[in-house]
Amino acid sequence: MREMAGLDEGTPLFAQIAGRLAEEIADGGLAEGERVPSSNEMAAYYRINPATAAKGISMLADEGLLEKRRGIGMFVAVGARQRLLEQRRKQFTERHIEPMITEASRLGIDADELTELIRKSSSIEEGVTL
Amino acid sequence: MTPPISVTGLTRRYRGHLALDNVTFDAQDGVITGLLGRNGAGKTTLMKIITGQEFASAGDVRVFGTNPVENDAVLRRMVFVREDQIYPDFKVGHLLRTASRFYPDWSDELADTLLADFDLPAGRPVKKLSRGMRSAVGIIIGLAARAELTLFDEPYAGLDAVARQVFYDRLLADYAAYPRTVLLSTHLIDETAGLLERVLVMDKGHVVLDAMADDLRGVATRVSGPALAVDEFTAGHPVWDSRRMGSQASVVVVGHLAEPDRAPAMAGRLTLEPLSLQELVVHAAGRPGPDAQMMRTSA
Repeated sequence: MREMAGLDEGTPLFAQIAGRLAEEIADGGLAEGERVPSSNEMAAYYRINPATAAKGISMLADEGLLEKRRGIGMFVAVGARQRLLEQRRKQFTERHIEPMITEASRLGIDADELTELIRKSSSIEEGVTL
Repeated sequence: MTPPISVTGLTRRYRGHLALDNVTFDAQDGVITGLLGRNGAGKTTLMKIITGQEFASAGDVRVFGTNPVENDAVLRRMVFVREDQIYPDFKVGHLLRTASRFYPDWSDELADTLLADFDLPAGRPVKKLSRGMRSAVGIIIGLAARAELTLFDEPYAGLDAVARQVFYDRLLADYAAYPRTVLLSTHLIDETAGLLERVLVMDKGHVVLDAMADDLRGVATRVSGPALAVDEFTAGHPVWDSRRMGSQASVVVVGHLAEPDRAPAMAGRLTLEPLSLQELVVHAAGRPGPDAQMMRTSA
């Protein structure tokens, strides 16, 4: 979609804002205790309505991932990164392993062959060891 | 609290033609609402009646709780920028100074910033401006007035994409700093989608859809792939649109698809794409009644 700094038009924007922030926290781009951009800053950056940006921020605050400091703004809560990483770990099977197995069985790749393929690619990709 | 605009059963008839047919809605205070719909849907007529420039044949309009017609106290609290606005033949600077006297919250600073943004010569007579420059003048007045109720009716005729982006960015920034109620009628849904918090879609004089923009996103999904798998996946879902080519099919289903609902799509090699606001509005405006109703209830 035009000019919305990478947001897409088909998913609720507030959910995308929350997702982007969560990713930044999980990846360490936003450290615990660090101030999160304000809803107006996000509105200007993503070119979206400030109320929408505020809704995305408060979604994470409701989950306890952000905390409000009166008069200063929103900050990344202690333990937020850990919680997000655990969440992602849980979703890993569903999002990545299951589709891979479905496609593998379609192609007639059995479990042993699949394991072998994973081992090979991970040795090619630098820094990943299984 | 009294809504800034409250419209009830509004009807406007021109010689045998119904421009507005029993329109009812309340604007929400401090919200940017997009007024969307095809040409002739009644958007301009609605805005003219709200701003007291035209009369209703039937029904009631309240702006800040009172009748806006010839009501100076109400008119000073709102600004209306029209697509084909005609200005007195002043120089640009003179015109802006005149406007500034009418609006109590006018910002000279913002007007100057915008003049520079749009590269407008303050000393040039309005008559000698290009179409795009005249639109820019309207946008400057609309924003610098900082009126509690700001109405823009397709305000960007002749403005290029860069200038329109300036308009959107300045609108967002100034709205964030000085919140106000905005009603923006526009065809450029793709461009403005991110700005809108609420959408009001009109068709043939009716409001066919009134919803929060974010509730609409993801409310309909296009499912495409092998026809058999598409049919199996979409069975039991309300369907809007269905197209087939050979063994391929593309079907639009209404309703949010939760993560577990999506799993079979992966197995069946289906592609799922959410419909954009633009596509939803095209659907809603193209087929009033039950479909738009369905969209609202599933939102």
